[in-house]
This record gives sequence, structure tokens and C-alpha cells, in this order.
Amino acid sequence: MYLCFAVFVLAMAFGPSFLNPYWVDVLNNIGIYAILALSLNFILGHAGMFHMGHAAFFAVGAYVTAILNTMYHIPIVWLMPLSGIAAALFAAIVARPIIHLRGDYLLIVTIGIVEIVRIALVNDIFGVTGGANGIFGIGRPEFFGMKIRRPHQFYYYIWIFLGISVLLFRMLENSRFGRALNCIKEDELAAEGCGINTAHYKLIAFVLGAFWAGMVGNIYASKMMIISPESFSFWESVLYFTIVILGGSGSIPGVILGAFLIVGLPEVFRQFASARMLIFGAAMVIMMIFRPSGILPPLPRTYKLAKENRGGSES
Amino acid sequence: MELFFQQLTNGLAVGGIYALIALGYTMVYGVMKLINFAHGDLFTIGAFLGLTLLTAMGLTDTLGPVLGILVLALMVMGLVAIIGVILERVAYKPLRKADRLAAVVSALGASIFFQNAVMLIYGARFRVYPHDILPKVAVNILGLEIPLIRIIILSTSLLLMAGLYFFVQKTKTGTAIRAAAIDQGAAKLMGINVNGVISIVFLIGPALGGAAGVMVGMYYGQVNFTMGWMYGLKAFIAAILGGIGNIPGAMLGGLLLGVIEAMGAAYLSIAWKDAIAFVVLILILIVRPTGLLGERVAEKV
Repeated sequence: MYLCFAVFVLAMAFGPSFLNPYWVDVLNNIGIYAILALSLNFILGHAGMFHMGHAAFFAVGAYVTAILNTMYHIPIVWLMPLSGIAAALFAAIVARPIIHLRGDYLLIVTIGIVEIVRIALVNDIFGVTGGANGIFGIGRPEFFGMKIRRPHQFYYYIWIFLGISVLLFRMLENSRFGRALNCIKEDELAAEGCGINTAHYKLIAFVLGAFWAGMVGNIYASKMMIISPESFSFWESVLYFTIVILGGSGSIPGVILGAFLIVGLPEVFRQFASARMLIFGAAMVIMMIFRPSGILPPLPRTYKLAKENRGGSES
Repeated sequence: MELFFQQLTNGLAVGGIYALIALGYTMVYGVMKLINFAHGDLFTIGAFLGLTLLTAMGLTDTLGPVLGILVLALMVMGLVAIIGVILERVAYKPLRKADRLAAVVSALGASIFFQNAVMLIYGARFRVYPHDILPKVAVNILGLEIPLIRIIILSTSLLLMAGLYFFVQKTKTGTAIRAAAIDQGAAKLMGINVNGVISIVFLIGPALGGAAGVMVGMYYGQVNFTMGWMYGLKAFIAAILGGIGNIPGAMLGGLLLGVIEAMGAAYLSIAWKDAIAFVVLILILIVRPTGLLGERVAEKV
């Protein structure tokens, strides 16, 4: 297991030097989707909330970065936390009235949110989003005088951020907070009965996931240099959702593998350009039929009891 | 006032279409607790099959407009129903015992598949319906000029809905559907063939959706391979508005949503037209999550 992980990290660290810019760019997209799917996985896989509107928070982050950078020339790197905070605030506002909704109702409302955000962006809300054309001329991130602009540079930027995300979400899922979320996912009523404030915990999970998506929005905006509403449509949300469920909801390696499959495979089949989405749709159905719990489902959790508690009643 | 009544009849016609699609969502959700995301694409398939049958077979030329459209509608409904049953067998039946999200992803996959199949066959551009099928006349009702097509659409959808309501309430099969919607396990114990019920639901829903597709083609005159998505979402919102799983609710929700949207487009803003349905959705879920005609169901523990 650890060997696998080490080989993967080594391959990802040195592999790109042998690839041409096109494939490095594909890897960059995979990285971006992997981070987004990780942040969604925290909401969907751990808290068990059927959330299909994650593109809305990604959009808020990207647009905050784009607007503040093009209008006030604030450096991209400083805007990263700001984008996260903006997305988190937006999430906190929209989530409060809907957080109690269960299952499919939440699913359909979050679709509504992402569609409303997209329509708002197209209609040039507040006169700053540039309507259907979007915003162009977004700057590049700069660290200690080094500007990140080539795909290979972006690759390390994105994948180091992905590494940080994996560490963070791994810490979160093993924390007291993550365990409480898992309880809520398994049985919300029982969790409530155990004294867990479910609405509060779910809201925090939702806002945290949105915060991370907003930060990725910053990376995306500076990588593309141009953003438009169609990059944040409902189908984007479907993609993240599919990555999480198909990779293995609740499992970090599963989600990253899912990003490779969902974003990478259509690129591999690019030569069948017209039929590839047809194949993609069929593949989604087939994969779900054969692995309904995802390709790499999370390992069953085992909690070790402290030694003195083991079989305590007999002694 | 003229504008108000024009928008009202327009809203009712569009609402009738929403209602027909919503019935497919609500019946599938009622029996299987599954959002059939591919249902909107079955509607698109209906619209395109209607186009093919109209242009390639020239049904209305040989049979005359009234009989021609009737035969056309029946053929489309039959073909789409067959696709619906196949969809259920392939994409949903193997996942009946699996996690619910697996079925959702399977449905999304099926939706992408259908969308792209239509695109590959018919092309990505808008396709135009023949516009000389029905005479372009307006009927004068109480001094109000209403295009004939609106009246035909509204009355046809009301007729289909009434037929479905009668079928579900009065026949033995309908009773079986209602029983399976309440409790599949108990229905099985009472000797109801639940698989058969699901097949029937996947026959009726897509058939109505296909009919709605033909109506949209005739009403707006043009169809596109992506149109099923928006119609599907709005129909699903209509189903929630009326109370999901509830057949009269879907009819009421569809008509209501159509009227709200038409009024919103006329009096608020046409640019935000598509957002109105989602605002209605969020409001109804906050105020009355079970929908207008839904009953409060105790949370299963």
C-alpha cells in the first residue's frame, strides 16, 4: 500500500518532464478536478449530503479572483484565500435554509443553486461579470519573483496544492470532526441522539468544501486567464459528482483515481472525437453496474479500543 | 390585460407540456425513489422521432393533418416507451439493491449517452419542424385571439393526464402501481409483480414524455439535442412543486410552473426566465418541502 503510494508520488513528481505540454496540461486539468472532487468528497462522501452544485462555489472563487485581479490588479496569490473566503461566505448564506433537506431534495436544490449562479453570471449581475463573454486578461501567480506561466510550472503548482489538499482532508477525516460527520452519514437520527449537533456539523462541512473549491477557482482563473459562465455549468458539477461516486465515495485514493478516469480517458479517446461522449455516457452506466460502490471504495473503518476496555465486563 | 391573458394561455400550454414530462418523473420516483435524469432526454428523443416521422414518412400528407398527427403521436409514444423499458432494464435494474447514488450516476450516464446519440444522428444544430402541418389560425374566445396550437396542446395534455389518472385510480394495474409506490416489500408479499409494475411505469412515463416532445416541436417549431435537459429539470421541479410521487400533484405543479414562468417572463425579466423555476423550487422546499398536494410522511428510521 505504502509502496504503491511512493511509486505514485515519484511518478507524478518526475513523470511530467518526459511529457509534451499538451499532456502536462491534461494532467493539470486532472489535478484541478481531483482537488475539486476531494473537496466535494468531504461533503458528499463524509457528511453524506447529496450536493450537486459544487461548480457554483468554484465559480464564485474564480470570478472573485478574476474581478479583483483585472479591476484592482491585486496579485493572484493574495486573492487565493480571499476567493476561498468569498465562496465559503456564499455557501454559508445559501446553505443555511436548505441544510436540513435530505437526500434527493438537497440534490435538486443544489442543482438549482448552480443554475441560478450561471444565469446570474450570464446576465452580468452587478455589471462586473462580463455577461456571456466572461472576463479575460487575468494575471498569473507569482512566487518570489518567479512567474508561473508554462504548463510544466503550473503542473507543480497544482499538484503540490493537491498534495496539501490530500493531507488536509486526510487529517480532517480522521479527526473528531470527521468521525462525527461519518456518524451523521450513517444514521442522522442516531447521531443527533448521541448529542451531535447535525445541522451545525453539516453546515461546517459544506462551508469548508466550498472554501476549498473557491481556492481552486483562483488557480483555475489564473491558469486559463479567461473565464466565462459556461465553465461553471451544471455539467461541471455532474463531473465532480461522478468522479467522487465512480472513484469511491469517501476514499481519497478513489477520488484521485476517479479524476484520472473521468478527465483523462476522454482525452485518450480524443481521436474518436464525435463518439467519445457517447462512449463516456455508456461507460458511466457500465462502471456503475459492475462497481456500484466505486472503483476504490474506502476500507472499512476499524477503531481500536483501549487495552483496559477490552472484554471489560468479564473481569 | 390582453398581455396577461395571452401569457396565461401560453403558460398553460407550456405547463401542460411540463406536466406530461413531470408525470414520468413522479411515477418513477414514487415507485423506485430514483430521479430518472435520463427522462428529459427521452423527451428529446420523442421530439426528434416525431420530426423524422413527419418529414421522412410524410404522415400528415397521406393521412391528413388530424389523423396524421394522431398516428404520429401514437407511434412516437410507442417507440419512446420501448426505449424507456430498455433503459430501465440496462441502467437501473442491476442497481436496484445498490447505493442510491450509484443509480443517480447511472442515470446521468444514460442521459449523456442519449444526448450524444441524438447529436450524432441528427447533428448539433437546431432542427426545424415542418410549420405547415396545422393551419395557422387563432380561435377567438371572449374577444381574445388564442392560437389554435395552444388549445390543441393544452387539451391533448389534459386528455392524456385524465386518461392516466383514470388508469391509476380505477384499474387493477393502477392499484398495483399505487401499492408498489407505498411499500414495495409489502406489495410483493401481497402477490404484486413489482418488476412488472416498474416496467409499466417505464412504459407510461416515457410515452407521455415522448408525446410532450412532439408537442414542443410543433409549438416552438424547432428542436435541439440539448433541450431535454432544461425541460427535464423544470418538469422535475414541477413534480416537487405538486408533491413528488403524487400524480395529480405533478399535473397541478406542471400547469402552475408554466403559468408562473410565463408571467415572470412577461412582467419581471425575460433574461431571468430560466431562473424563475429554480427560485420557485427553493421557496417551495423551504416553505412546504412535501409539495402542494403532498402529505407529510414520517421519516423512516
